[in-house]
Amino acid sequence: MRSFSYASARDSADAARMAGRTPGAAFIAGGTDLLNLMKDGVQHHPHLIDVNKLDLSRVTESASGLHIGGLARMRQVAEHHAVRARFPVLAEALLASASPQVRNMATIGGNLLQRTRCGYFRDTGSACNKRVPGSGCPALQGWNRGHAVLGTSDSCIATHPSDLAVALTALDATVHVLGPAGARRIPVGEFYRLPGDTPQIETSLRPAELITAVEVPRYPAASRSRYLKVRDRATFEFAVVSVAAALHLRGHFVRDIRLAFGGIATKPWRSAEAEAELRGKNLTVQRVEQAGRVLVRAAVPRQDNAFKVELVQRALVELVLDLGGLR
Amino acid sequence: MRKSPHPATSPTRRTVLKSTAAAAAGATLVPNPVSAASSVSAAAPTTAGDASEAVEITLSVNGHKHALTVEPRVTLLDALRERLALTGTKKGCDRGECGACTVLVDGERIKSCLTLAVMREGSAITTVEGLADGDRLHPVQEAFIRRDAFQCGGCTPGQIMSAVACIREGHTGSEEEIRQWMSGNICRCACYQNIVAAVADAAREGRG
Repeated sequence: MRSFSYASARDSADAARMAGRTPGAAFIAGGTDLLNLMKDGVQHHPHLIDVNKLDLSRVTESASGLHIGGLARMRQVAEHHAVRARFPVLAEALLASASPQVRNMATIGGNLLQRTRCGYFRDTGSACNKRVPGSGCPALQGWNRGHAVLGTSDSCIATHPSDLAVALTALDATVHVLGPAGARRIPVGEFYRLPGDTPQIETSLRPAELITAVEVPRYPAASRSRYLKVRDRATFEFAVVSVAAALHLRGHFVRDIRLAFGGIATKPWRSAEAEAELRGKNLTVQRVEQAGRVLVRAAVPRQDNAFKVELVQRALVELVLDLGGLR
Repeated sequence: MRKSPHPATSPTRRTVLKSTAAAAAGATLVPNPVSAASSVSAAAPTTAGDASEAVEITLSVNGHKHALTVEPRVTLLDALRERLALTGTKKGCDRGECGACTVLVDGERIKSCLTLAVMREGSAITTVEGLADGDRLHPVQEAFIRRDAFQCGGCTPGQIMSAVACIREGHTGSEEEIRQWMSGNICRCACYQNIVAAVADAAREGRG
């Protein structure tokens, strides 16, 4: 790891100030992704600002929903009684992520900002448009079994690895950030960006902005929500495909449904079109299968990842029918 | 430096490995004369510094306080092994994937390769060296021996530290649950069957 200087921030304003006056600085919280990226030479920061002393680790529930501090740890959120009872898709996505040790360390803010697991991105000996803009994308013609079939561009087909972000996307969460210019709120659907010609820009965060919290609105479907993760090993592995679903039923009638997908797209993928196939209608096997076909209509499969197009549809059917009590 | 519970009187495999590791540490931690000079600087600042400046910190490990001067980039794992000579904690992948470096920080299991030593000032760190009570092994250590839960031993300290936490967390209700919650620790000898049995034993004894 190349050397860097280090300072610990006292509070959020202090952290924002420090970051604002130190170009190239990075915040470090759990460090579980950042330190690997720095060890591998994928990222270098001349200065790290430790934000662990900031008072941002509380999880609270109110009438409007759930407020998760940006520094809350994955385990803490997964074990929180309100999360388990009324936002189960969040707890399931968190417990399906990483390992117990990493879940004790990694924060919610850091989880949302983890970088892709694309092997070309993580290998400084390879070209990569995300790491070195303009250098090319070997994954397009190379080993792309883990890569995206939706939201891709000629520059990048890397997936976003966070399970939590998929669940938060299904639940219409809002990301709270604080920067040198003040605080603002970003809907999670606008937080992640498609790669386009600039895959190095992954989020709408501005320089020196810190994630201070994530807010999850309360609505009936959230309490009937689940996360299904399909992967190569039963545990401690990233998703091949994943589905987050929240369902509000009256009898078999779908009053509301939210669907988001991981492993298949360059960002956590919400499909309003797939939801529209199901919302306001009776839940049937045929309609869920149709929603799956709509989901993958624009898919661009490649040599190694074409199986994901079928797999994600099966995962969707499995999860929604199970959630809807049809199986 | 704290005393070893089992002082070596003659060269053993462990002491030979320790001196080799120390030599290697010199090579990896001191990449150029500039940082070597600054890392021994008595005037190093305590909270921040330039890229090549070291920081004075105090780590609390197994109930003992250690003052040391480290560059910010030194991981907790490297500080334990190469500065405090606590080589029970193993360096496997150094990327948070194998679990060999698992230690307890304020009672919770973490991977010491994924955190910086400077971030752990004020925390109570427990390594595998801190588990035994004098010559009396910790019940999890005894269970690992009784169940023959290792071959090469490379992953064993991490497995044991993880098992202690896993039992405290209450994730030992079934073999499947133990496998799930011990999955952050990989064993290249594939002793999983016996590791699971040892964790279940220690959990049943209620003394994780």
